[in-house]
Amino acid sequence: MYQAFLIKYGEIGLKGNNRHIFENALKNRVAECLRPLGEYTVVREQGRIFVECPQGYDYEDTVEALGRVFGVTGFCPVKVVETTEWETVKQAVGDFVEEMYPQKNFTFKMAAKRADKQYALTSPEICAKMGEYLLSRFSELSVDVHEPQEVITVEIRGRAYIYSKVLAGPGGMPVGTAGKAMLLLSGGIDSPVAGYMISKRGVALEATYFHAPPYTSDRAKEKVVDLARIVSRYTGPIRLNVVNFTDIQLAIYEKCPHEELTIIMRRYMMRIAEHFANKSDCLGMITGESIGQVASQTMHSLLTTNAVCELPVFRPLIGMDKVEIIDIAQKIGTFETSILPYEDCCTIFVAKHPVTKPILSVIEKSEELLADVIDDLMKEAIESTEVIEVRA
Amino acid sequence: MEAYLDNSATTKINDDVLALMERVYKEDFGNPSSRHKKGMEAERYIKTAKEQISATLKCKPDEIFFTSGGTESNNMALIGTALANKRSGMHIITTSFEHPSVYEPMFILEEMGFRVTYLAPGPEGVVTVEALKEALCEDTILVSMMAVNNEVGAVQDITALGAAVKEYNASIVFHVDAIQAYGKFRIYPKRQNIDLLSVSAHKLHGPKGCGFLYVKEKTKIKPILFGGGQQKGMRSGTENVPGVAGLGLAAELAGKDVEGLQEHLFELKKYFAKGLSELSDVTVHLVDNKDGAPLSDAEREERLYKTAPHIMSVGFLGVRSEVLLHALEEKGIYVSSGSACSSNHPAVSGTLKAIDVKKELLDATVRFSFCKDTTKEELQYTLEVLKELLPQLRKFWRK
Repeated sequence: MYQAFLIKYGEIGLKGNNRHIFENALKNRVAECLRPLGEYTVVREQGRIFVECPQGYDYEDTVEALGRVFGVTGFCPVKVVETTEWETVKQAVGDFVEEMYPQKNFTFKMAAKRADKQYALTSPEICAKMGEYLLSRFSELSVDVHEPQEVITVEIRGRAYIYSKVLAGPGGMPVGTAGKAMLLLSGGIDSPVAGYMISKRGVALEATYFHAPPYTSDRAKEKVVDLARIVSRYTGPIRLNVVNFTDIQLAIYEKCPHEELTIIMRRYMMRIAEHFANKSDCLGMITGESIGQVASQTMHSLLTTNAVCELPVFRPLIGMDKVEIIDIAQKIGTFETSILPYEDCCTIFVAKHPVTKPILSVIEKSEELLADVIDDLMKEAIESTEVIEVRA
Repeated sequence: MEAYLDNSATTKINDDVLALMERVYKEDFGNPSSRHKKGMEAERYIKTAKEQISATLKCKPDEIFFTSGGTESNNMALIGTALANKRSGMHIITTSFEHPSVYEPMFILEEMGFRVTYLAPGPEGVVTVEALKEALCEDTILVSMMAVNNEVGAVQDITALGAAVKEYNASIVFHVDAIQAYGKFRIYPKRQNIDLLSVSAHKLHGPKGCGFLYVKEKTKIKPILFGGGQQKGMRSGTENVPGVAGLGLAAELAGKDVEGLQEHLFELKKYFAKGLSELSDVTVHLVDNKDGAPLSDAEREERLYKTAPHIMSVGFLGVRSEVLLHALEEKGIYVSSGSACSSNHPAVSGTLKAIDVKKELLDATVRFSFCKDTTKEELQYTLEVLKELLPQLRKFWRK
C-alpha cells in the first residue's frame, strides 16, 4: 500500500547557509543505498526528502536500506493519492487507518500540511474535518490532541500523502560531509565498530589492514575484506590497503626486546597507516582501542603509540566495555564475521607478559635497534601494498 | 611447481568421471522415479553404478545404498543400527580416534541413552583384538571401527576385529568406516564379517556430495531420512544420479589395480620418509621412534608398511603447523594441518593424543596425503622447500 517514503533528518535541518550541502549529500546517500534494489526516485523539495518507490518494490528491503543511511533520523512509509480531491482523500485516509491498524481502540490526532495554498481547506480545517470523518467511520477511535498514541498526517502537495508510522533511522550525518579518515582495520570485533561510529558523523572511510603471511592465512585477509564490505553498507565504498607486514614483524621479533614487540609493532602500523592517510587526504585516523582492554591499550601504551603520528587519532570506543562494543557489532552485522577463528598478526608473536606500562623513551631506544633495516622494510611494505576497492 | 598433497581431504575428479556426469546432467537428466523413458534411462545409471561398486566388494548390487557422502553414510549406519536394535541392547563400541562423523553421532546416541565404549589405540595406532574382546558384552549391539585413520594413517586389522565380534555374538552389527581405505585396500565385507561399510566418492577421484553405505542383506537397520521411499525406503530423496554415476565409475577405476596403486603409494611414502629423516627434528608419526633414536632403512620400511600407503602425518619440532601450511602454500604445496588452531586455544587433535604424540608436536604436525597422480618429483620439490623453510620458520617460534 505504500508508494513512497518520507525521510526525516534532524540536525541537518539546523545547519545554516550550507544546509543544502548536507541535504544533497543525504539525498545522494539515500539514492546510493537504494540503487541495488531498483529504480527509486529520490527528490529534495521544501526541506524534505521524498523517496518514490517503483512498481513491485520490496517493502522490507527498502526499510532495511533506509535504516542504514547516516543522517536519516526517521522515515515514514507513505500512501500516495494521485488526486487532492477532498472526497477521495478522505476516503483514502479512512482506508489507510482501516489497513494499518487492526486494533482501532487508540487515541489519535490529525496533522495536515498544505504546500498548495490555493487548496480549498486550510490546514486546521483539514484536521478538523478529517478527524470528524474518522471518528464517524471508526467508533472505537478517540481524539487526544495532547498525548495521542498515533499522529496521522495528510500532506497536500500536488498529490496527497498520508502517513503515520515513523521508523527509526540511524541518525548521524550523511557520509562525505565531514571529510575522510583512515581506519586501522583488523579482523577483530572492535575496529569495524569504530569505523562505523566515526562514519556515522559523516566521515568517509579508507582502511588499512596488516597482513602477515604465512603467519596469517588468506582466509584471515578474506575475512577483513568481508568486514569492510559489511561496514561499507553504511559508509559507502571503502578503499582497503592490505600491507604485507611480515618482514617488519620478524625484524622486530629478532632485534627488539620481546615484551615490547606488540607496542613497537603498533607504532609501525600507525606510521604506515598515516602514510596512506596523508596520501589520500584523510584528516584523521581511527582505531578500535578501548582503555585497558589489552596490554597495548593501556593509557601508557596509547600514549606511546600515539606519539608516532601527527594526524589526530579518533578512538570512538575508548570508554566502552567489550559487551557494549559487541552490542553494536551485532546490530551492524559484523560480529558473526569478526569471531571467525583465523589467526591475526597481532596475536601470533605475542609475548606471555607484554609491557603494560611502556615508557616512550625506552621504546624509542629499542626502535633504534632496527635502524639499519627499518627504512628499507617500511619502503618495501608500502610499495608492495595491495589496494582493494570494497563496496557493498 | 605445484604439489597437491592433501588427497585425504579430497581428490581431483577423474576426467572420464566428469565427462560421464556431464552427460547425465545434460542429456539423461531424468528422475529415476519417473515412469517415462527419461526416468528409466536415469535409473539405468543407478543400476550400473551398483553393479560397478558391488563388483569391487564382491557383494550384491542390492546391498549398496547411495548417500550424500561419508558423513551421511556413517550417520545412517550408526543411528540407523542403534535405533533398529535397541531392544536387543544399548551398548556400542568404537575407538577414541574416529572421524567426527562417527563420534558426533555417538554423542547423540549417548544422549539418547546408549552406552558407548571408546577403545583407545596403542601408540602404534592399533586397537587390539584383546581390547575389543574385553569390551564386548551381552548388551553390545554395534561395533564401529575406522579402517584407516584419516589424520595419521593408522590401519586397523579389520578382519581380526570382525572375526572377534562375530565369534562373540553373530548378531552384533559390525560397521567399518572405510572412507580413507576404499580403493587403497581390497575390502570384501563377506569375508571380513563387515555388515556396514561407509565410502565417499570424492576421496577416489569421484564427485563431492556422493557416497554409499554397503548394508549386508538382512542387517537390522532403520532409515534416518524419510520421504518418497526411494532406495527401498532406506534412503528417501531423489537419487543424485550424476553423482551416483560418477561414483560408480570412480569405484570401478579405483578397483582395477589396487595392488599397483598401493605399490606406487608406498614407493612415494618410502622416498618421502627417507628424505624427511635427513632433516633435523622431524618425526613421521607411527614410523619414527618417539625418542628420536635413528631407524635403519629396513626398520623404517617395515613400520611404513603397517600404515596406510597414502597418508603421512609428520611433526616438525618448533614450527607451528598452521604457519608451515601457509608457508608451503606460498610455494605451491598444499597440505593439511592436524587441527585448525586459534592462537590462544589450540584445538589439539584427539587422534594425535590418542597415539601418544609428544606434547610439543601436537601443534606442530601436518599431514601429507598422496594419490595415484602424485609423483616423486613433487615430493623431491617438497623436501627441498622444507629444507629451506624449516630453519627460517624455526627462528620465529613463539617465545
